[in-house]
Amino acid sequence: METFVTIILILDAMLRNATPLIFAAMAGMFSERSGIVNIALEGKILISAFAGAATAFVTGSPWMGLLAGILATIVFAQLHAFATVTHNGDHVVSGLAINILAAGLTAALGNYWFGQGGNTPNLVNRAEELNARFQPITLPLADWANQNIPYLGYIYFELISGHYVLVYLAFAAVPLCWFILFRTRFGLRLRAVGENPQAVDTAGISVTKIRYAALLMCGILVGFSGVYLAVALTAQFSPNMSAGKGYMALAALIFGKWRPRPTLIACLLFGFLQAIADRSQGAEVFGMAVPVQLVEALPYILTVVLLGGFIGRAVAPKAIGKPYVKERE
Amino acid sequence: MTAQTTDLALELRGIDKRFGAVHANKSIDLRVPKGTIHGIVGENGAGKSTLMSIIYGFYEADQGEILIDGKPIQIKDSKSAIAAGIGMVHQHFMLIQNFTAVENVILGAEDGAVINESIGRATKELKHLEKEYGLNVPLHQPVEELAVGYQQRIEILKALYRNAKILILDEPTGVLTPQESEHLFKVLKTLKDQGTTVILITHKLREIMAVTDNVSVMRRGEMVAHVKTSETSREDLAELMVGRKVLLRVEKGESNPQDVKLSVDHVSLTDDAGVQRLKDISFQVRAGEIVGIAGVSGNGQSELIEALAGIRNINEGEINLNGQKVTAKHNLSPEQVRHAGVGHIPEDRHRMGLINSFSAYEAFVLGYHRKPEYSGAFLVKRDHIIKDCQAKMERWDVRPPDPFLRTANFSGGNQQKLVIAREIEQGPDVLLIGQPTRGVDIGAIESIHKRILEMRDAGKAILLVSVELDEIRSLADRILVMFDGIIVGEVPADKADEKTLGLMMANIVPEEIKALQAEGHA
Repeated sequence: METFVTIILILDAMLRNATPLIFAAMAGMFSERSGIVNIALEGKILISAFAGAATAFVTGSPWMGLLAGILATIVFAQLHAFATVTHNGDHVVSGLAINILAAGLTAALGNYWFGQGGNTPNLVNRAEELNARFQPITLPLADWANQNIPYLGYIYFELISGHYVLVYLAFAAVPLCWFILFRTRFGLRLRAVGENPQAVDTAGISVTKIRYAALLMCGILVGFSGVYLAVALTAQFSPNMSAGKGYMALAALIFGKWRPRPTLIACLLFGFLQAIADRSQGAEVFGMAVPVQLVEALPYILTVVLLGGFIGRAVAPKAIGKPYVKERE
Repeated sequence: MTAQTTDLALELRGIDKRFGAVHANKSIDLRVPKGTIHGIVGENGAGKSTLMSIIYGFYEADQGEILIDGKPIQIKDSKSAIAAGIGMVHQHFMLIQNFTAVENVILGAEDGAVINESIGRATKELKHLEKEYGLNVPLHQPVEELAVGYQQRIEILKALYRNAKILILDEPTGVLTPQESEHLFKVLKTLKDQGTTVILITHKLREIMAVTDNVSVMRRGEMVAHVKTSETSREDLAELMVGRKVLLRVEKGESNPQDVKLSVDHVSLTDDAGVQRLKDISFQVRAGEIVGIAGVSGNGQSELIEALAGIRNINEGEINLNGQKVTAKHNLSPEQVRHAGVGHIPEDRHRMGLINSFSAYEAFVLGYHRKPEYSGAFLVKRDHIIKDCQAKMERWDVRPPDPFLRTANFSGGNQQKLVIAREIEQGPDVLLIGQPTRGVDIGAIESIHKRILEMRDAGKAILLVSVELDEIRSLADRILVMFDGIIVGEVPADKADEKTLGLMMANIVPEEIKALQAEGHA
């Protein structure tokens, strides 16, 4: 029974860890499938975490926080589009600029507004009767099932029930993204732009509009990711709290070959490794302490090793990273 | 052409377009009668593609009027061109490689926000078009898995699905076998009979003579002539294009083959993706002869020439390069190959022959820069290189003869001359030549062909790879035809008519050639 509980708890943590990665990876998928490299996911997570936490604190509502977080990332995603699509800038440089800007801006504004070294105040404060954090959702009959049905009841209670609404949204977002990308006109055009923008242009479709729209989708999705970190998983923003999650989402996206389901699986795998890392603090193998850093580095090592040959070549969208300029022959 | 304005499918009046200092189109007039096939010929850089891009809304003209069915219209982007009933088959196909034919066809012409319905309707419509015009293609397979002939049909289907009344084809036969081209022309004639107007842009004069009703000739951004096809000839058209008389076929004397300088013995090659590109290839090239390799591009010719040049490693067999042995275990680097007296003029001068941002004098020593002639103990001998370059440019008539001009700023023909001059001036015994006149003007083609024949007569062993059948036929003494990594057969130049080569390019060897080969082996 104890092993069973441990496994369920690890899986439970996996879902929690994977959620921000899923949102960010799906956001990255819209961007990269349209041909725009998005290493700015990291910075955008940070922006939405800050905007979300600050707004939630001021308004007292996590939902207002969510709205603000999404609006903030939409602005930054469109900024990325302005640099890379309108001005044909280098996608990596623009992305890096956004990441650096996000790291500096959030800390500076946070310090200026709240005076707590860049942190936002805690969103849960009993003394002031403030609770601006998302609350876990208990699904119907969870308690009853836990008490009356062995094993399955516990799985329902611990693993399925009791998550923040954003966790459920993340898992709902994957099939939705799949449908948009592979079953709609917008998705067809978006994928086409990422492969051969000139062909799209000659088919009478504006490459610029599609890419802006793709980055709008990207902004919306990655907004959820940051807000989840600051307003659900924890109850405050702290500087650099994204801690590489944007890059990890990007790795999951590549690992999943820019396809929704494999990308989801990659996010879950990374979330699982993170859960193991958290659990193995101080654990010993053959009498040696396992360095936590090593376990935490596993997702990255895994990405490098697996992409290096085990899963075959990941074929990126063909026009990725290339500005579309009408060629003068 | 005295047709009334109302009988014209397309009319251009005074179309003018500049790109910075380049005057690409100078006050172009064009009248294309309805239901005809209209050819537009001109050298590279004559402004044909720019003009078509203007009609298709890819660029906007600075001045001038476009009339469709007698009515002036504004074409500001491809969308308005499509709406006006114009369809275009581009030289480089505008297809999404990992989409199916149906997906490619509906892209931009979807019926609603969700694509399932469009796919259903398009599938039905395409099956109908397939029957009507003989344009059959696998509809639900990714395009990248289809042969180029099919890909081109998809491009035509795209235009027809959008109800194009005017179909523009830009150099459509460059990638096709003669038989595939024949089929294409049949399709075009059917389209014409059904009332579609076809505009065919090409530099192949034979095709113009074969299918068009009228021809317009462009030279240096101007329309220099409009003629009825029945009232002109290839020679006349060539003269109009270049502005002076040209020899379409260079004079060639008898060859005088000597010792074997290059031999390829049962060579096979598998590329990084695991695809077998060369399958048990054997042939020889002697000093003083030109051996041509014909075939539709992508059938192993590139891999063969790269293997010989030391760029790719072979997996099986043996190559003897001017006395140097090459096997799977013993490879030569490109530098060692050069050292063995083998010159390589690569197929794609932009990818392998030149560095666009280098000056001409730097381009002239690429690959030979380590030679003591050019390289001192620490520094390159810049002054010597520049002087050397100047002399070679004059000998080869590279224009302008400026060693400091960046490679990118020379015309295609002069860039090619830079590469050819560099390799030949090193005095190799064996020359590997790939697509020597790709993207080169007719005038320059003539002089490049003459140089190649001079090299032959000077006793070099020359291997020539080209997808231009005319080029192979006019230069080579013996012709090998490649298909899917094998050598289908060998044809002596005097037996190599278009039809024979065309069949062999599709892996069918005519009886006559089989008999010849049997004789040769006996």
